[in-house]
Amino acid sequence: MWQWFHKLGSPKWFFGIAGRLMPWLGWSALIVLTVGVVWGLLFAPADYQQGDSYRIIFIHVPSAYLGQSLYVAMAVAGVVGLVWRMKMADTFIASATAVGAAMTFLALLTGAVWGKPTWGTWWVWDARLTSMLLLLFLYLGVMALRGAMEDPDVRARASAILVIVGVVNIPIIKYSVEWWNTLHQPATIKVTEAPSMPASMWVPLLICLLGFHLLVAWLILWRMRNDILLRERRARWVRDWVLAQ
Amino acid sequence: MAVEERHTMHPVRKRRLAIILALFAGFAVAVSLAMVALQENMNLFYSPAEIETGKAPVQQRIRAGGLVAEGSLERDPDSLKVRFVITDNQGRVPVEYKGILPDLFREGQGVVALGELNQDGMLRADQVLAKHDEDYMPPEVKKALEKSGRLKEGGDYPNEGIDHGNGDSGT
Repeated sequence: MWQWFHKLGSPKWFFGIAGRLMPWLGWSALIVLTVGVVWGLLFAPADYQQGDSYRIIFIHVPSAYLGQSLYVAMAVAGVVGLVWRMKMADTFIASATAVGAAMTFLALLTGAVWGKPTWGTWWVWDARLTSMLLLLFLYLGVMALRGAMEDPDVRARASAILVIVGVVNIPIIKYSVEWWNTLHQPATIKVTEAPSMPASMWVPLLICLLGFHLLVAWLILWRMRNDILLRERRARWVRDWVLAQ
Repeated sequence: MAVEERHTMHPVRKRRLAIILALFAGFAVAVSLAMVALQENMNLFYSPAEIETGKAPVQQRIRAGGLVAEGSLERDPDSLKVRFVITDNQGRVPVEYKGILPDLFREGQGVVALGELNQDGMLRADQVLAKHDEDYMPPEVKKALEKSGRLKEGGDYPNEGIDHGNGDSGT
């Protein structure tokens, strides 16, 4: 009786906390993103070599960063789900997959649009671009796998395994520009070194990165709440919550 | 998660975690081995040094990447034909190309040329792509750096044509 209650209690608690966090996240995402994008597109200086076309970096880098970090977060959730059999871990994977896929697609799209005027081509099969495309296929694979499975426990386990296995691609993406010769340039902003751009460029870039994080957190919490409602639709608290709306 | 589980891990869970980690480690090793074996194919282009030492196949479509050598660019006045030399300071490969060059193309710039290598070691390219490095700066900063002699005229900024090791720009 107590255990049954406990199992139900965790999604309920999360649902409540997420509901209280969401307005804060949503509004701060809107404000921070507006500041970052306006600063980056209108006030940051042009590049000596690429002129204004480098400005797509303010979308490209945050989306590429989140495409990868969301996958790592999903892999961590996959381990938690497999080891502790925690339902909320699967809720996270179910909710983050589409958001991560969208971020990865946005990174590939802005990269192509950036590549055309600077490199002279939309696409080239170098190690960075190819491994990033593989990341998109991994996201789509997780979505397809989940869609193909009826039983929720089997679905949770299978998608967790796929996510964990696919995480080997993340260091490949990160180090592709160092291990092999590629058309894509190495990273501009690194944790260990000073960024190779002036503060008038990296400050708005970091603001955009923060804004993207807030936006993604808001989107994922929204999707997680929906997923919880769907999973717990027979629970009494969901019925009470729906009736209260 | 139940409260009593916070302190010690249940043996069943410990075993599950060990199995997952072992499977993942095995998979990661397999992928690394495959990538080491495919090392050559993972590179986008051959460097001029590799082409000079005969590592690149002749009369096959290959990519050659390097910096456009200073003073090597010759434009045909009547057509879009250009000739230039790409170099990595170890080897030099002459390139012939007819077509529109990307905006960033200039002497000292990293480029990747796709084409066929003939018997004389010349690359007849049908596509030339420009690389750019990871350094961004406003034009005035670039000019000031050139004036103060921290960057030489004509692009001696760290250009990542071949080697990705030396990305210090002083910004």
